[in-house]
Amino acid sequence: MFDLFGFLNTKPASKNVAKDRLKLVLVHDRSNCSPELLELLKQDILSSISEHIDYDPSDYDIKITRTKDSASGKPVLVASIPIKNLKR
Amino acid sequence: MGESIVITSGKGGVGKTTTTANIGAALALLGKKVCVIDADIGLRNLDIVMGLENRIVYDIVDVVTGVCKVKQALIKDKRFENLSLLPAAQTKDKNAINPEQMKELILSLKKTHDFVLVDCPAGIEQGFKNAISGADRAIVVTTPEVSAVRDADRIIGLLEAAEVYDPRLIVNRLRVDMVKRGEMMNVEDIEDILAIDLIGVVPDDEEVVMSTNRGEPAVLKEHSLSGMAFRNIARRISGEDIPFLQFDVQESFFEKLKKALSFGK
Repeated sequence: MFDLFGFLNTKPASKNVAKDRLKLVLVHDRSNCSPELLELLKQDILSSISEHIDYDPSDYDIKITRTKDSASGKPVLVASIPIKNLKR
Repeated sequence: MGESIVITSGKGGVGKTTTTANIGAALALLGKKVCVIDADIGLRNLDIVMGLENRIVYDIVDVVTGVCKVKQALIKDKRFENLSLLPAAQTKDKNAINPEQMKELILSLKKTHDFVLVDCPAGIEQGFKNAISGADRAIVVTTPEVSAVRDADRIIGLLEAAEVYDPRLIVNRLRVDMVKRGEMMNVEDIEDILAIDLIGVVPDDEEVVMSTNRGEPAVLKEHSLSGMAFRNIARRISGEDIPFLQFDVQESFFEKLKKALSFGK
């Protein structure tokens, strides 16, 4: 994040660190999914869609999460991959 | 027929017992007939938090094993005519009762009470399984710390697996000063991570320690913030729509300026 006042606080607020660390650890807690498996999933998803669309390799999000709406409470695999171009 | 609510957290020391005692007392103040059950067999504590430790004759294990009747084991709180406690056994262990016995016990108590609150032990083993069996609803207590939130998340999953749906969240011991400095997760952060609905926020308050020292619920303190938070939770449990307390979390001028000037994600 670009922050004009960033030079005033060199360390990020600890609550943001806490939140980020929690989000990361809960992905694995919730899914019983090892980081290796998630990595494999990511690679497979990206390689299969790359035949059809262009995406920015630095700007995508593939994660296992739980949504408020999913009544079952089961983990959900969410992939958010902005499309740069559709290949024809 | 009343309603049973288990108060649970996974992690120990986040305030389950204090929460149970205070919500129980607050519901009783609203005129509800309430029974609080200490399900932490072997580590009995709800009695001492409520100031009823000297009045125990029989306990939950005596009841389920038929040594006495439920009525004989219930301790009536003299300060709240509608509140009674079913204490845990101190010398037995978690395996002294099983989920079926617990279910049956709660069912019989629901017939004579508006609310049956179960104070769940820490952990996810037998004691937890006993405590959640027979629960119609669940309240998950956490504090704004990574360990407590992580354990709360695990508990939410286990409740779901046990078919106790739609648990509600209490964020306990919130330090408003630290939240303002950005050094403690705020309520929205925790709601965002756990993805369950909030039922109350209890600020960190010396009053709770002082009340517990004396064995008096904090809800009796008219002006304490934590007491008010617990009273509000009780009203939400009984179906009222009460807005959440705002703990003066206005952003400072500098924070606003910083937000206005920073951009990016």
